[in-house]
Amino acid sequence: MKEKKGIFGVLLDNRHRSRTISYTMVIVAYIVLEAMLKTGNLSSLFTGLLVPATCYLVAAIGLNLNVGFSGELNLGQAGFMAVGAFSGVCVSGLLAGSVPPVLRLILAIIIGMLLTAFVGFLIGIPVLKLQGDYLAIVTLAFGQIVMNLIMNLYVAFDSTGIKVSFVESRFELGEGGKYLINGPMGATGTERIANFTAGTLLVLFALVVVYNLIYSRNGRAIMAARDNRIAAESIGINIANTKMMAFVISASLAGGAGALYGLNYSTMVASKFDYNTSILILVYVVLGGLGNINGTLISTVVLFLLPQLLRGLQDYRMLIYAVILILIMLITNNEAMKTRMESFRRKKSKVNSK
Amino acid sequence: MRFLSNLVNGLGLGSVYAIIALGYTMVYGIAKMLNFAHGDVIMVGAYAAFFALTKFNLPLIPGILLAVVCCTVLGVVVERLAYKPLRQASSLSVLITAIGVSYFLQNGAQLLWTASPKMFPSVMSGGALQFGELSISFITLITIATCLVVMICLTLFINRTKTGSAMRACSEDKDAARLMGINVNQIISLTFAIGSGLAAIAAVLLCANYPTITPTLGSMPGIKAFTAAVFGGIGSIPGALLGGLLLGMIEILSKAYISTQLSDVIVFGVLIVILLVKPAGLLGKNVREKV
Amino acid sequence: MSEKKTPVLETKELGIDFGGLTAVNDLDLSIYDEEIVGLIGPNGAGKTTVFNLLTKVYTPTRGQIIFDGKDTAGKTVVDINRAGIARTFQNIRLFDNMTVLDNVRTAYHNNIKYSPVSAVFRLPAYYAKEREIEGKSRELLEIMELGEYAEVTAGNLPYGAQRRLEIARAMATEPKLLLLDEPAAGMNPQETEDLMRMIRFVRDHFKIAVLLIEHDMQLVMGICERIYVLNYGMLLAEGLPAEIQANPEVIKAYLGD
Repeated sequence: MKEKKGIFGVLLDNRHRSRTISYTMVIVAYIVLEAMLKTGNLSSLFTGLLVPATCYLVAAIGLNLNVGFSGELNLGQAGFMAVGAFSGVCVSGLLAGSVPPVLRLILAIIIGMLLTAFVGFLIGIPVLKLQGDYLAIVTLAFGQIVMNLIMNLYVAFDSTGIKVSFVESRFELGEGGKYLINGPMGATGTERIANFTAGTLLVLFALVVVYNLIYSRNGRAIMAARDNRIAAESIGINIANTKMMAFVISASLAGGAGALYGLNYSTMVASKFDYNTSILILVYVVLGGLGNINGTLISTVVLFLLPQLLRGLQDYRMLIYAVILILIMLITNNEAMKTRMESFRRKKSKVNSK
Repeated sequence: MRFLSNLVNGLGLGSVYAIIALGYTMVYGIAKMLNFAHGDVIMVGAYAAFFALTKFNLPLIPGILLAVVCCTVLGVVVERLAYKPLRQASSLSVLITAIGVSYFLQNGAQLLWTASPKMFPSVMSGGALQFGELSISFITLITIATCLVVMICLTLFINRTKTGSAMRACSEDKDAARLMGINVNQIISLTFAIGSGLAAIAAVLLCANYPTITPTLGSMPGIKAFTAAVFGGIGSIPGALLGGLLLGMIEILSKAYISTQLSDVIVFGVLIVILLVKPAGLLGKNVREKV
Repeated sequence: MSEKKTPVLETKELGIDFGGLTAVNDLDLSIYDEEIVGLIGPNGAGKTTVFNLLTKVYTPTRGQIIFDGKDTAGKTVVDINRAGIARTFQNIRLFDNMTVLDNVRTAYHNNIKYSPVSAVFRLPAYYAKEREIEGKSRELLEIMELGEYAEVTAGNLPYGAQRRLEIARAMATEPKLLLLDEPAAGMNPQETEDLMRMIRFVRDHFKIAVLLIEHDMQLVMGICERIYVLNYGMLLAEGLPAEIQANPEVIKAYLGD
């Protein structure tokens, strides 16, 4: 029947090829960048971009599960990052005296993910009742709601305990009291405990979760519900549960990314996570290719760095970024290009199947 | 009395949203795309009107007309260059392109006119009508009246003219419309032209009420009006009016009686509730997939 | 035909209206274990509507559907499949972007289960169950003569193979009753011949009942043991293939007056 493929055969067969490429890319990039970092060959500008890049990668990988594999347009991913960021900052702030930074970072990310998963679940109940563009606008609305709520949230603690208030801060803080979240001012004075290694590990974790899920019973159900809702129901797949799983996992990955992001800056305002950030992440995912994780990795890094690389062009950089975005869409959707790509793919798949 | 004046102010803001929402809803109805760049067309309209009135010292009406022409041309050009080649592409590709156009317009405006805010001249200000204790500013009255006129003209155009019925045919079924000899591309261009022209009118009304002009001026009203269009049932013209007016009133009333900071939360919250009760919006049609 | 056995599926005075228009009315069907039954009738007679009623895509306006001795009132499409009715679609509905093998694998969703946690952390349960799913799926593909296409993307399959894949996918839900909506549509006589053999084999091998809608009389008369004829949403005739072929009412319905 089946011939033994050997370890390299398995790593590069149809099912494993893309994940092997993903892990390799991430690990190689990490080693190279870390070496450059240690030898002082990385400019301070790029050093500062490493952790945010990993955060966007994690959020984009999660979003691809939602938009690419589950087929639901989500314009609220930044809202989930906000939940993760501010819960992560709170966790880290509360444990500052008693827990070492590494453990604190891990705890902050885990709690950020769990809390975001819960918020994602609550939001998913109404959102997933809708379809298509309506679903998209409602995720956008929820993203804005979450952001606005956090902008009105005040969290502080002193020796007597944690104080939480909404819209107006009325705290009389005692000795050693400190604001963790100060309404529209956001989180200030955060200890910056995020680092590139943690970011890379989080990216790898996101890859493992998404790849393992996709090549499983639940992943197949998610894709089936995307490809043909009616047929999926006819074989006994509960669409609501399936969509919810993709939505919640996507949200919780964004939460983890947010926690890391929040702990990378000493100040963080919630308005950073408005719908523009959601759209930014969506652009990464769509340009990388729906359901294509390697594409997501590459396009996130390239598009995240592009404005920085165009820095020499000063004021024109965002204009050029916009033009590039439009051109990519026009070129990839060009009919002549498409047929050429398709015939290329056909040839390739014929070779592979033999 | 305060409640009444808040209500009227809400109607005023809602009228602006309704005019913007028309642009979203018409484009969605005909081209089936979410035109994310629509808000930025408003911004361009605002700058155009600003320069017409201050630099060229045009009187009010020609100034507004110039802005309308600018936006109409812009809308048609953007459609031709960026959206038309994507007619067969997935809706996501079109959405991303629209986002690209939005970035382009915002950053182009920033380059041309800098990020520092400009103050819209107070050409329409002054005076208010008194009804007993209730005072309504002229601007609000003009805004509401403009919205009504626009709505009536548009409804007549859609329902009574040949081009209007061609538009309706396109929104029902583009292929069938093409077979009936309708030039679909022309209709889509026309839709963008009308939507963008309306955006210029909305821009002037918006600036008369909130006179600060910046390159990102269009984003938030754009998103709100988009919400209003969905609210009323995207693709439906009366829906855009209803959605816009309701949204404006909800926003002003929640600012006045609940909380200024939370008004956006309430606006978007109401949208979600409405979509849950009526998944296709207040006046939208529900389409069921045939098995 | 054994009269004493209770039917696996029974409908009583089943009917549905669409906005005042009666699409199906007063329909009594009985399908017994391991039977192959045909549902025929002119275009627009309401055959697919009957399938949609049986699988709860539509909620009946009147009457009862009893499956496996239980009334199905209030059940959803998903419940019906879990209860043991699987179907194919007249306008093919595959998971176009997934491979042929994955299409069938997906349909084992409810019969071979493991938790998402086992999947994400690749616990032993994942490997054991996946092996079982793959084995059974490949077996079904062999039965439907799709083995060579296992790794092909379903959307790229030839038409006839797509129809057979729909049957394989439906069978993966391990039904007691299989509903086939025009399984031979678009097939040439040789393909239809092969398909008949496969349907018979599936029935014998898995011991299930089959109800099929078909216009191709070669197939209907060739494998159906009993036939229902539907016209204007009402039952026109019921009987053995030979009886139906000789029935003047049926001939009139098909040829017109």
